[in-house]
Amino acid sequence: MEFDFTEDQHEIKRTAKDLLGKRSTVERVRSAAEAATYEESLWTELVELGWPGVAISEEHGGGGLGVLELATLLEESGYALANSPLLATAACGLAIQEAGSDEQKDEWLPKLASGEITGSFGIEGQTFPDAPDSDVIVVISEDGATGTVVATGDADVVEDVTIDPTRRYGTVGLGEGGDALPGDASAALALAAVITSAELVGVCTRALEMTVEYVKDRKQFGHPVGSFQAVQHRAAQMLLHTEGARSVTYYAAWAADADRTLLAEASALAKSSASKAGVEVTASAIQAHGGIGFTWEANVHWFYKRAQLDAAYLGGTKTHRARLTAIAAAASGSR
Amino acid sequence: MDLTFSKDEVEFRDELREWLAENSPGEEPRGDEDAIFAFRTGWQRSLYDSGWAAVHWPQEYGGRDATLMESAIFFEEMGRAGAPLPANVLGLLLAGPTIMAWGTPEQKDRYLTPILSAEEIWCQGFSEPEAGSDLAAVKTRAVRDGDDWVVTGQKVWTSGAQFSKWCMLVARTDPEASKHKGLSYFLMDMEQEAVQVRPLVQITGEAEFNELFIEEARIPHENMLGEEGNGWIVALTTLMNERSGLGFFLQVRLRQLLDKLVAEAVANGSIDDPVIGQSLGDMLERTETLRLTAYRGLSTITKYGQPGPEGSLTKWLWSETNQMMTQLAVDIVGPQALHKDNPWAYELLRARGNSIEGGTTEILKNIIAERVMGLPRK
Repeated sequence: MEFDFTEDQHEIKRTAKDLLGKRSTVERVRSAAEAATYEESLWTELVELGWPGVAISEEHGGGGLGVLELATLLEESGYALANSPLLATAACGLAIQEAGSDEQKDEWLPKLASGEITGSFGIEGQTFPDAPDSDVIVVISEDGATGTVVATGDADVVEDVTIDPTRRYGTVGLGEGGDALPGDASAALALAAVITSAELVGVCTRALEMTVEYVKDRKQFGHPVGSFQAVQHRAAQMLLHTEGARSVTYYAAWAADADRTLLAEASALAKSSASKAGVEVTASAIQAHGGIGFTWEANVHWFYKRAQLDAAYLGGTKTHRARLTAIAAAASGSR
Repeated sequence: MDLTFSKDEVEFRDELREWLAENSPGEEPRGDEDAIFAFRTGWQRSLYDSGWAAVHWPQEYGGRDATLMESAIFFEEMGRAGAPLPANVLGLLLAGPTIMAWGTPEQKDRYLTPILSAEEIWCQGFSEPEAGSDLAAVKTRAVRDGDDWVVTGQKVWTSGAQFSKWCMLVARTDPEASKHKGLSYFLMDMEQEAVQVRPLVQITGEAEFNELFIEEARIPHENMLGEEGNGWIVALTTLMNERSGLGFFLQVRLRQLLDKLVAEAVANGSIDDPVIGQSLGDMLERTETLRLTAYRGLSTITKYGQPGPEGSLTKWLWSETNQMMTQLAVDIVGPQALHKDNPWAYELLRARGNSIEGGTTEILKNIIAERVMGLPRK
């Protein structure tokens, strides 16, 4: 067993971090968010690097790598809070690749992989990331049992103004159009939950880093606040949430590629844990920053807001914990 | 990343499972400390006779040169089989590796084999009434007298002391030196009048731990481990081995308890109560997070030679989860879980010690904040 990335996977992750560190600084995230727009050149660059299609098969013009590699990109994208439709487009592509017919794959995957179009993905009637400006959407039924692929123009899309201005959102209903996905919609949902968890892990990692830096510097009563045990213990709790979510998210991404019998449980585990971590860690980051953390001027709130939307997307901790219990109860009955 | 076990790891597990199937230890007696000790001694003899007593030890000392992962597998399988810990668990996990690292050839010859065979049991004399997590505050004094050291002081939380032949003892040999520097590490013979053992009855009614009263005990100089004044460093070797592998035993036990609890909730229908369902989901999430984080920690050590941030988190996560889960059991099982003979009652009470023994959660959080995250000390 080796519970660590291969050298290639580390390299992908490092390269992504370096690139986004330069191209998606927190100042740029802020100005894009405040202008309620995306910086088009960033998406163009990510497309040129093949990010949207990294986990799409080479046959369909993608990179032919795994969910794990895609997850490392999303983690870094969450770390940088990059303003882009990467999560939505990747989730849409994974879903069509997972559950689509040959015709559906031929029609949509090459264009999604090349970045010619963008996609979105979500549960009917809920909030979809990047739906309004997308070209194609995969809509999963409320019970998670069936999926439909629909050209955005044929769907019922209403733009949502959410608390998270770093990303665009829309509520999607199926109109007249759409083409049923013949494959396993629940697997498509599980894959999307896994890569969303990866984004949350990145968000947590960054919020924690910002907090550690801040409490080392900020002095009160003549000492850095990071030397106070109450603050230290909060930071330790943030680390436990973050690293726990990381362990289970990497596990789920690995299961998606290597052992599908584990995927349903692993993805519920990842989304449950990462949603909890996202909400707790970013909230703690605001608290540890004190008054400044509550201001618009400080940057921690962007992370808190993204974490809230990601945590709620595809069901949060409670939804996925209920799923874990149902899986364990079924296994208990069959023993 | 590959989370499947390698061929060697699978073979190791299969061989052990087969051996366990043929050599089941049977049911451990309850309540009677002497009977439990006798049972665990027999179990260790059986492990020893088949070469399973200390898989993580080098072959030259009677081990199997097991990798960290194999050692984890060993403890997982022991937990899964419901096997008890061996009688000399502190000797195998702590004293043995410390002697291997610091002992003279004579010391290694003298002590290692009886540790393996459970002929000589070991206990750990580190904690004192006024030095719990703060080892550098040790007050027990050792004064040189010819070829001997004369030791006086008090130790506490010494598990298994009443059965022990030897004690890993940290004592102050230089009262003038600064806190860390005046300590030395001794191998103390427990079989002398000057060492008195008094059991500490804990909230479960058992006495796993003891107090040691040491009044001018004599330790020959040749029983010093490492150099004089080097006790702090030698003790760190012991502490670094403190949870090697054992964590995997504990977490498998945790999972078994959780599976029992889920079965109970299915049987009495409480699983359909969404509040219970949520709480069980939380426990499932925590238990799996613990298992996977522990494996990730092992991979990091194996690959990079040093622990990553995850390594310091598992004991905290385990103890908190065990406490929450045994509390949840009271809700699921009902008030009869609090009847003295109900196994959940014991688990509930015993779990209170988890966040204290081997370093309190508060101290662990300090360590994580300061050493892992680099926050300033006050």
